[in-house]
Amino acid sequence: MVPYLFLGFGGLLVATALMVILHRNPVTSALFLVLSLCSLAGIYLLLQAEFIGMVQIIVYAGAIMVLFLFVIMYLNLQHDVEHGAHIAWRRGIGWMVGALLLLFSALLFGRGWAVGPAAAVPPAAEGGNAAAIGRVLYSRFLFPFEVTSMLLLVAMVGAIVMTRGRRAPEEERA
Amino acid sequence: MIPAGWTIALSAIVFCIGVAGVLVRRNALVIFMSIELMLNAANLAFVGFGRQLGSLDGQIFVFFVMTVAAAEVAVGLAIIVNVFRLRETVFVDEINLLKG
Repeated sequence: MVPYLFLGFGGLLVATALMVILHRNPVTSALFLVLSLCSLAGIYLLLQAEFIGMVQIIVYAGAIMVLFLFVIMYLNLQHDVEHGAHIAWRRGIGWMVGALLLLFSALLFGRGWAVGPAAAVPPAAEGGNAAAIGRVLYSRFLFPFEVTSMLLLVAMVGAIVMTRGRRAPEEERA
Repeated sequence: MIPAGWTIALSAIVFCIGVAGVLVRRNALVIFMSIELMLNAANLAFVGFGRQLGSLDGQIFVFFVMTVAAAEVAVGLAIIVNVFRLRETVFVDEINLLKG
């Protein structure tokens, strides 16, 4: 059952990710990205990373994508119109690089870079995945966790300062 | 039990789609979404390897990557909004003020 679910979610993930980069309308791209992030959350659940799956939906599919859609609609973008020979040429190069990278990773897998046999799966922690992550996060990774709060503060201040816009000169003097 | 190779292969495919998106599209917002795709592919690899090794550290790293991604999106979208105010476009071909 689980492998079939994995294949289903994986197929959905790849298909929607392709639609993100193929669709001309940025709003539709963003909505496809939401769908692909949700299917990735399903894959996390199948991999027994329940906490990460929930955070994926809340933070990525919720907060980050709302920010994206907000900005897209705020900027009121038209369709991505492209024409001219140099566009087609550059686009061909882009697809070629992507295909080469995919081929390269396939070769790496084929040449023994595939992961080894599975380690014994640890028994489910008491209180579930979220409690186990919390225990590690607030003990061994406490310092990185605190640094993260600093990072978020800096990002918030930076975003506000950058989008505030220029003040009128008389306002500056006041 | 899902073979770890499947997870890593799926992660590689999604990463390649993200790279192709960055190279092919010229709308800065869609390029940004492709970068999100690549970050998510890295997260999937973290979770897959963590499960393979029977360790929680991979999931902790995914947590931190998500925080960095949130910060990156906030700052990046602010930059895009500013560029749009200055140049009335988000197409990366037309943002060429630094071009000699």
